[in-house]
Amino acid sequence: MRLDPRVSQAVIISALWALTGFTLLILIVIIVNISVEGLPRVSWTFLTQPPHDMGRSGGIFSTVVATAYITFLAIVVATPLGVGTAIYLTEYTRESWLTRIIRFGAECLAGVPSIILGLFGFVLFVLKLGFGWSVLSGGLTLAIMVLPIIIRTSEEAIKAVPEEYRVVCYSLGLSQWQTIAKIVLPSALPGITTGVMLSVGRSLGETAVLLFTAGAALRTPVSLFDSGRTMAVHFYILAREGISLPNAYATAAVLMFSILGINLAAYGLMQRLMRRFS
Amino acid sequence: MEQPPKIRIDGLSFWYKDFQALDRVSLAIRANEIFGLMGPAKSGKSTLLKVLNRLCDLLPEARLEGKAYLDDLDLLAPDTDVVSLRRRVGLVLSKPTPLPRSIYENLVLAPRLAGRPHKELPALAEEALKAARLWDEVKDRLHDSALRLSGGQQQRLCLARTLAMQPEVILLDEPTSGLDPISTAKIEETLFQLKSRYTIILVSNNTKQIARATDRTAFLLMGRLIEVGETSQVFTVPRDQRTDDYISGRFG
Repeated sequence: MRLDPRVSQAVIISALWALTGFTLLILIVIIVNISVEGLPRVSWTFLTQPPHDMGRSGGIFSTVVATAYITFLAIVVATPLGVGTAIYLTEYTRESWLTRIIRFGAECLAGVPSIILGLFGFVLFVLKLGFGWSVLSGGLTLAIMVLPIIIRTSEEAIKAVPEEYRVVCYSLGLSQWQTIAKIVLPSALPGITTGVMLSVGRSLGETAVLLFTAGAALRTPVSLFDSGRTMAVHFYILAREGISLPNAYATAAVLMFSILGINLAAYGLMQRLMRRFS
Repeated sequence: MEQPPKIRIDGLSFWYKDFQALDRVSLAIRANEIFGLMGPAKSGKSTLLKVLNRLCDLLPEARLEGKAYLDDLDLLAPDTDVVSLRRRVGLVLSKPTPLPRSIYENLVLAPRLAGRPHKELPALAEEALKAARLWDEVKDRLHDSALRLSGGQQQRLCLARTLAMQPEVILLDEPTSGLDPISTAKIEETLFQLKSRYTIILVSNNTKQIARATDRTAFLLMGRLIEVGETSQVFTVPRDQRTDDYISGRFG
């Protein structure tokens, strides 16, 4: 028996709608749940006061600082490494066993569970190199974690730059590096930015790595060698050890809306970059 | 006394991996002439241009034999500085390819990176646009994106961009293949005016354009040079039967 194409079309469309709707529903439930439970407690004082009594009262100021500090460090370290690797892989080598090994290595790195990366960071940075539980150890380990994301997205972005641009630049007497710096990288910038923002999101939300490497001190970190507790870790400890569920929710709400805000800002920035010359 | 040729090509063969694109081609191109290269698809016209400004270096598996000289410079020597060579030998591609920048930035990018003083750049851009007959159409929007120009304007911008480098030789690879007749006429007029200052090699598979626009013509077929001579002679009394067949449209 053959179904009327119009009927099968209608069935497929409603099925796909239902699937999409379900996905959206999950997202909405999470956002609404955390907003309802957490937002009422979020206030200017909550953001600017240091935590008291293990986080039972007071705010989350020190964890906001630690989060920004560690994420910033991770991104500052991982971006040049990742973009540089991507430039090398796409522009300076031909496909060979070496590039395949580098790529395979990066993929494997992406597949390592974060808790194992945390253990690695603990052994290398905290113990071996003697950085202790610190912003530095945490930031460097996170940098390793997001490196594959930045390499992959940058590589895709650089490959998507039309080949004609390179031909034109060379025929205008630009050197290879001038071509990359003046034309290829600016054209790839929106894609590279996407990868970096994705990495910011991953870093902001990471806990397992940081439990091992940055510690959980509630003091506001100042030096690179101070221990620091990020918002995600703070949330984990508050919830896990039953210290204060309401404050855990409030922290989660701040974290979630920061990630949302940063993504929106990056999206806006990218739109402006792309509109400038097209 | 005849002047020495601007470009001399001596027994040049070229292979893309297994495909032989040029087979022992020898040519001499004089200074300040418009030299036409015609032939059907895959006859080696574009390949010849790519060799002359060493864009062929970008092809990993290509191989070549033979010699080519620009004045006294051995073009194909491995130690030739390709960056300065490409500044002397400009290339305009068949498809208009403005860079995703403003009109002005397209023009001054190469001269600026070549070290021209910044205060000379605006005059250089204006001069190049005037030479390419684009100035009147874009003078009020030099800082708009070049991608917003029409196809014909984009191609004249590409020509202007090459002129702004102040090269000695201009290679044109089917520069009007995608353009309407009016834009084509504008480009051809421009070429006439430019030839007092440049040596121009025009590749086209439009035989009428070659007949209209060039001083001398070479006919290539499957990588071989079949005939070369004054354009008027090639088109009226070709020496080779295959040339005759091609220009009268019996193949190609």
